[in-house]
Amino acid sequence: MPQNKILILFAHPLFEKSLVNQTLVSRIPKSNHITFHDLYEEYPEFDIDVKREQVLLEKHDIIIWHHPLYWYSCPPLLKQWIDMVLEYDWAYGKKGKALRNKFIFQAITTGGAKENYCETGRDRFTIPDLLEPFNQTAKVCNMSYLPPFVVHGTHKMDKNEALDYAKTYAELLLFLTKNEINPEEIKNNFYLNEWFLKIKSNG
Amino acid sequence: MDNGFFIQAIIYLTSAIVCVPIAKKLGLSSILGYLFAGIFIGPFVLGFIGNEGEDIMHFAEFGVVMMLFLIGLELDPYKFWKMRKFILGMGSMQLLGSAFVIFILCQLFLDWSWQTTVVIALALSLSSTAIVLQTLKEKGLSQTSMGRASFAVLLFQDIAVIPILAIIPLMISGSNVEAENLHSSLISDFDAWIQTLIVAATIIAVYFSGRLLVIPVLRMVAKTRLQELFTASALLLVVAVSYLMQLVGLSPALGAFLAGVVLANSEFRHELEGDIAPFKGLLLGLFFIGVGASINFKLIIENPIFILVFGAIFTAVKFFVLFGIGKFYKKSNDQNLLFSFGLSQAGEFGFVILSFSMQLNILPNILANQMMAIIALSMLSTPFLLLINEKWIDPFFGVKEKEDRKQDEIDEHNEVIIAGFGHFGSTIGRLLKANGVKATILDHDSDRVDLLRKMGFKVYYGDATRLELLKAAGAEDAKIFIAAIDNPEVNLSVVEILRKHFPHLNILTRARNRVDAYELIDHGVDKIYRETLYTAVHLGVDALTQLGHRKYSATRQGQRFIKYDEAAIRKLAAKRHDKMAYLATVKDEIEMQEQLLKSDMLINFSASDHAWDSEHLKKQISE
Repeated sequence: MPQNKILILFAHPLFEKSLVNQTLVSRIPKSNHITFHDLYEEYPEFDIDVKREQVLLEKHDIIIWHHPLYWYSCPPLLKQWIDMVLEYDWAYGKKGKALRNKFIFQAITTGGAKENYCETGRDRFTIPDLLEPFNQTAKVCNMSYLPPFVVHGTHKMDKNEALDYAKTYAELLLFLTKNEINPEEIKNNFYLNEWFLKIKSNG
Repeated sequence: MDNGFFIQAIIYLTSAIVCVPIAKKLGLSSILGYLFAGIFIGPFVLGFIGNEGEDIMHFAEFGVVMMLFLIGLELDPYKFWKMRKFILGMGSMQLLGSAFVIFILCQLFLDWSWQTTVVIALALSLSSTAIVLQTLKEKGLSQTSMGRASFAVLLFQDIAVIPILAIIPLMISGSNVEAENLHSSLISDFDAWIQTLIVAATIIAVYFSGRLLVIPVLRMVAKTRLQELFTASALLLVVAVSYLMQLVGLSPALGAFLAGVVLANSEFRHELEGDIAPFKGLLLGLFFIGVGASINFKLIIENPIFILVFGAIFTAVKFFVLFGIGKFYKKSNDQNLLFSFGLSQAGEFGFVILSFSMQLNILPNILANQMMAIIALSMLSTPFLLLINEKWIDPFFGVKEKEDRKQDEIDEHNEVIIAGFGHFGSTIGRLLKANGVKATILDHDSDRVDLLRKMGFKVYYGDATRLELLKAAGAEDAKIFIAAIDNPEVNLSVVEILRKHFPHLNILTRARNRVDAYELIDHGVDKIYRETLYTAVHLGVDALTQLGHRKYSATRQGQRFIKYDEAAIRKLAAKRHDKMAYLATVKDEIEMQEQLLKSDMLINFSASDHAWDSEHLKKQISE
């Protein structure tokens, strides 16, 4: 069975100060099938090389937008990336078939606890609710949008807890490269982490 | 000091202060101003000074020495070595060619002895370093192809004076006793090969003492932070080298030039330049006044036809020889015209050779004096010849200053004018062109102008400080003027003219460094682009990333640093006027750096920025 290739589009404007993300990134498995692409390091002046990004996308089957959740959205460079790279007649539009049937999901870190992200909570919306614009973007590009991998409570998180998340993230990545993905089954889950923990405990 | 000194000083300075601004106002070079000042106060007009004109010249020739020292400073040994082909090739062709033609003509039409003719031919072949280099500098032509060629020829002449002075006594056999007294150096008693050896050793000594002795001493002096002590050292250096050279029979100017070349790479280059330049300026002015005062109008009036015709003919001979050389070296027509007119006069070395030969009785007294008058007149003629060339001759032969009228009418005036199209300006021009913006270009390097026109740029050739040129280029209708001239002084004067005559123009100005930027701020310029700021910050940002900083954070630090520095420069620009009479000298520059570093320490860039930083949130949670 051919393996899935994963592209992690990582966007963090202050990576050097993020313990959780450093832990997550440091555990990403070294594999020919996983490409880690650090957007803020590649384009510190926001001069995104659209052609290069498109070629990169074409070479992969699963795309991950890996970023902290700032003001209920992504960091500015990732928005810029979306605006510039997902071109008409390439990503969407009549001739835009380049991303068709690729999988995409978000790997998100947030300071708030999961309890806050609900109708009665401080943040009033669930994370998937807040990520609707990304979901819709993926849909326009004919991609299959999967639930997000979410790390909650980063403000209070210690090294060990972060390490637990990092291990799960790493295992998830490896699993995705090696197994066929059944989107219908995955989409029934709220978070990708939950689904993965479930199938792990099942066997 | 007796009163005589004061009166003399008052006469010289007043005449210069009256005449030079008038000359400038009339669009003439300052050299003409000084020359006329000399004529006016000389024995034949007002008679304030008598025959001491020549004495003054001997004294003021030291200005020429200083000028060569300064030129040496601009030229590091590597560049000098690269020029050797030009110096030898063009220099020898010019000297031998001119001397030969003048010799033949004089032998054919005048009944002088061959010795006399040789001396006169050689004396007249040498051009005036003082006039040519000063003119080049004033017109900003030093870095053009004709500027470099002129310099090469002049340098060769400087070197050639030495063998010429050595040969002249040999032409009269039997009277060597006298000659030795006249042209004596410490080593003239030795054999020729020993002399050569000593000369070579001296030059090597100058090189090594420059490296091993002068620079450490200067460093020591600089540490005392006494400006006047540094000036004194600089003067001592130039005088000592000149003296040493004279001892071994070399020209002081050549020695000073060598000393300059040796020091060109040292950290004191700019300080030395700054210290010597005012002396050079004053002495050269004095030198030109001396030339003016020494023109013997009585001799001219006695035999005007001979002097004028002879002067005209030898100038023409020199001109055509030079023009031929220029053709041989494939110079474009108007570079060649400038080159040929520029070097067509006889110069101060002519005086030296003539008076030397007069003392040897090779020349009759009257003839020598007539020749000296001719030399002085020819020096006077050069600025006029260049003016005539600029106004009437060059427009026909050279690169046209304006394009054909027809074309001008068809062309709409461009919204952007770029003055100066060197490395800096051309980058701007390319960026604009890539974005479909047409710019009118002003440049004074005619070779470049030719090339640019071929490539379809609209280019005006000439001096951007001239109002007519600015008007012709469409400054009245343009919106943006980009002042990108290499020379900061010229750039500044262009900006001044623009603000006065075209106040509507949006001026964007290049500044070489902080000091230039201060000047521009004083002139009320808003948009100043320091060459040294953006590139340096960019490099600093890359250095940070090489050290492991995240690229984006380093980039933001760089952006912030630029903003901070641009605000700081405006603050400091106002502040520096608190001090009386600010001079951009070393001491001040160090002080400036000190101030900058101090205020840098007061701010912590990252403290003022909390973007994406969750530190404060975490703190709140833990409380």
